[in-house]
Amino acid sequence: MIRFEGVHKWFGKLHVLNNINLHVRAGEVVVVCGPSGSGKSTLIRTINDLEPINEGKLIVDGMDLSEKKTDINKLRAEIGFVFQQFNLYPHLSVLKNITLAPMKIRNKTRKEAEEKALALLERVGLSEKRDAYPTQLSGGQQQRVAIARGLAMDPKIMLFDEPTSALDPEMIGEVLQVMKDLALSGMTMIVVSHEMGFAREVSHRIIFMDFGTILEEAPPEEFFKNPKHDRAKQFLKQILSPMH
Amino acid sequence: MLTYKFDWAIVTSGKYFDWIVSGFYVTIKLSMVSIALSFLLGLIIAIMRMSHLRPVRWFAHGYLEFFRNTPLLVQIFFWYFGSYKVLPAVANDWLVKQDFEFAAAVIALTIYTSAFIAEDIRSGVRSIPKEQMEAARSSGFSYIRSMQYIILPQAVRLTIPPLINQFLNLMKNSSLAMTIGVAELMYQARQVESYTFKGFEAFSAATLVYLALSFTITGLMTLYDKKVLQPLKGR
Ligand SMILES: Nc1ncnc2c1ncn2[C@@H]1O[C@H](COP(=O)(O)OP(=O)(O)O)[C@@H](O)[C@H]1O
Ligand SMILES: [Mg+2]
Repeated sequence: MIRFEGVHKWFGKLHVLNNINLHVRAGEVVVVCGPSGSGKSTLIRTINDLEPINEGKLIVDGMDLSEKKTDINKLRAEIGFVFQQFNLYPHLSVLKNITLAPMKIRNKTRKEAEEKALALLERVGLSEKRDAYPTQLSGGQQQRVAIARGLAMDPKIMLFDEPTSALDPEMIGEVLQVMKDLALSGMTMIVVSHEMGFAREVSHRIIFMDFGTILEEAPPEEFFKNPKHDRAKQFLKQILSPMH
Repeated sequence: MLTYKFDWAIVTSGKYFDWIVSGFYVTIKLSMVSIALSFLLGLIIAIMRMSHLRPVRWFAHGYLEFFRNTPLLVQIFFWYFGSYKVLPAVANDWLVKQDFEFAAAVIALTIYTSAFIAEDIRSGVRSIPKEQMEAARSSGFSYIRSMQYIILPQAVRLTIPPLINQFLNLMKNSSLAMTIGVAELMYQARQVESYTFKGFEAFSAATLVYLALSFTITGLMTLYDKKVLQPLKGR
């Protein structure tokens, strides 16, 4: 589904992605973790070309991102992206946030789009908020709407960039629950997150990044039981310590 | 010394009243048409100003600098006295059959005001967080469609207060159209004055009408702000 082959990216002199090789199969749930600034956001943002790569090959859903003639908008329509800061459209109601892209990009009728949106709102537990505006919702509710917005396009892939880091602790659970259900439904997902409980329960693979490279790549039980790199050990100790 | 006799009746009824009323209609028509057109043109120039294509951006930049920095009166005279000299004969024939004074005034007011509106809209767009564009693009919207559905609707809402100002300015500036013989409010007040020598009454009447128009525009925009802008900011 997603294949990185020797991918590099620079921000000026900063080598943010250094020889990334990664293959994510359909239906796989991959969690990406690593210290701040290690390139996790950049990595998943390359998948829908929010950040173009400089070198190497990146193939997503059969489309080659290094090729000029690839229709990026078409590819993006197949990929849901959930941001740390939700990024709902503040001028539109919850329902319109969800129906906008299906109606304008997929040419769905209002009726079709709204039926689908209402079903998704039910799924994320926010049916009664259909007519609310984003600013009237809590962070957790906004993020669940953002997930529903992504799912409304029937995406083949869902990407999450630290979806719970901007949330108050008591709201993290409700968002993770929605993501767990989604993972169990067979969605292909890449999730940048330090929620190790989530990683342990539903992910197939954990990727540890440091300084723009993938240092470690293992199934969760193996990653947690005996991480190979010192950096990964250190990181795990920090993140799993009760202080955190 | 004060031998002037007030005669308010001349501007509240009869022939001169009718003149003022007809001037009022022309002012309304001139302002409304120019407001609508200048908003559209301002929107287009703002989009061009933010284009990724350098020549397009430069053209818009030149347009802004040129029309913002020359007096409106000069622009009105240019379109009225100057433009037909360089237009092809067919266009002139057509123009003569139209209300040419009115058209020249609309063109001048529209272009002049659009330059200010474009800058207001652009700063509105710049105040929208870049994440909004990212969210739109990541759903598969093209740049233009992201602008259309997500960025501009928000930017225009934020631009309402400066836009009110531009619309008020336009309405007040429309009085300059009298200089090329558009029979708007100021022109008619001047006519009344020269026929009756009742300048105080005539121009007081005009002042009151302008004030009423200003308050109406402000009222409408404020209402719009309440109904549309508030949900955006949260309550
Ligand atoms: N648009 C950008 N321009 C320049 N540097 C950037 C940009 N985005 C990220 N960086 C830098 O690239 C590095 C990796 O960033 P990022 O992928 O956001 O890391 P992470 O998500 O792991 O915290 C950081 O040092 C960050 O400061
Ligand atoms: Mg990040």
